Amino acid sequence: MMVPEVSALLLTLRLALVTTGVLLILGTPLAWWLATTRSRLRPVFETLVALPLVLPPTVIGFYLLIALNPTTPLGGFWLTLTGETLTFSFTGLVIGSVLYSLPFMVQPLQAAFETSARIPMQLAASLGAAPLDAFFTVAVPASIRGFVTGVVLSFAHTLGEFGVVLMVGGNIPERTRVVSIAIYEQVETLNYQQAHGLSGLLLALSFCVLLFVYVFNRRFPVHVG
Amino acid sequence: MFLWKLSDADMLVKIGLRAALMGVVLAAWSALAVPRAACAGEVSVAVATNFRSVLEGLRPDFERQTGHRLILSAGSTGKLYAQIGLGAPFDVFLSADQDHARKLVDRGLAIPGSRFTYAVGLLTLWTPQSVGWLDENSLSDPALIRLALANPDLAPYGRAATDLIHALGLGQSLSGKLVLGENVGQAFAFVQSRNAQLGFVALSQVLSLPAEKRGARWDPPVGLYRPIRQDAVLLQAGRDNPAASAFMAFLESEPIQGRLPALGYAP
Repeated sequence: MMVPEVSALLLTLRLALVTTGVLLILGTPLAWWLATTRSRLRPVFETLVALPLVLPPTVIGFYLLIALNPTTPLGGFWLTLTGETLTFSFTGLVIGSVLYSLPFMVQPLQAAFETSARIPMQLAASLGAAPLDAFFTVAVPASIRGFVTGVVLSFAHTLGEFGVVLMVGGNIPERTRVVSIAIYEQVETLNYQQAHGLSGLLLALSFCVLLFVYVFNRRFPVHVG
Repeated sequence: MFLWKLSDADMLVKIGLRAALMGVVLAAWSALAVPRAACAGEVSVAVATNFRSVLEGLRPDFERQTGHRLILSAGSTGKLYAQIGLGAPFDVFLSADQDHARKLVDRGLAIPGSRFTYAVGLLTLWTPQSVGWLDENSLSDPALIRLALANPDLAPYGRAATDLIHALGLGQSLSGKLVLGENVGQAFAFVQSRNAQLGFVALSQVLSLPAEKRGARWDPPVGLYRPIRQDAVLLQAGRDNPAASAFMAFLESEPIQGRLPALGYAP
């Protein structure tokens, strides 16, 4: 049995890493599409992506409780597949976190694609490069700052997640009891000592992560052209 | 979001002016709003989740009888206790146990002599589905994947539920299936939204539902868990508030106490 505080910390880091990975895979094509499309639906999709910025986490948590429970098709499918419910599971938390941190990945990527990758990509295409090849050799390096910002912010934002996890997590040690929940519980039970330890650690970690973004963005200006 | 920068001094001035104007408007609005609220008698009650719906039901009677307004803040007993310790402006605390109420008196945060037991809570095992009936064997059913209860460290109903689980010798077999709500209200929501098949909740919560939505339940023998004696205390903030004393007297009165058994509390 691990010390509860250590297991909460490890779980939080794992959740942030997995969420960031999923967001990188889903967010990149989405951001590229938003940056390049001429579709009239573009503002609608941009709005959908930005919604988690303004919605209270309780709204997201509430809809997840409704959408993921075992009586729904998705929840039922997951139950027969794995024998566990989607809510109160690590996978459920990943789904919640992906929704919750979506704008933090997509918005910096979209901005980077729009400012530094669209024109070089058109040039590469006119020189006969295959689209996917051009994307990885031209667009990605040109938008590296967007990628770094998106990855780091998604990671940091997931570290700080609380409301959604409180609503769909169920506080299960080593599975859904993340640091923010552990801190909440310590404060509620007046264990300020442990609350101090975990809060200080999270504060330091978040500071370092954000400092990295700002230093990186200053050090490595990307030349567009 | 990193692309947006305030480079223009004009812009800053404009934003500053706008903020100042907004401040003036807000100040005027709050100056108008506050005295009106302070005129009417108000009692602010911090109530353990299990008693919330009961109190909502009693609210019209209280407000009609006394002319005072009742303001409710519901949460887990542990949370409300911590908030009161940090100066939350409540007049009355309705705990879901005796310990927290007693501790507030000991710490000088509640009025000595004001404490009384306003209700004795009952635990029930509940599902919103109409499955015929539940009994203690339902807890060993292999189809049971998730069992919801309130966090035993924060909520007396959670502690009663863990008492019961251990008394039935099911601590081992259920340990991987428990999901904890922050209070008994969240435990109830986990079951009602079908995310957990069964849950230990307060009988009062189930009885507050319309009859056709009460599903099935098992009321375990009261000897298997510590009695959930729920105490009320008058807090220091409510010392000189006539509405607060009126509320305490109302809650302790014969007619109100006589209504509690039908609402899910022990007679």
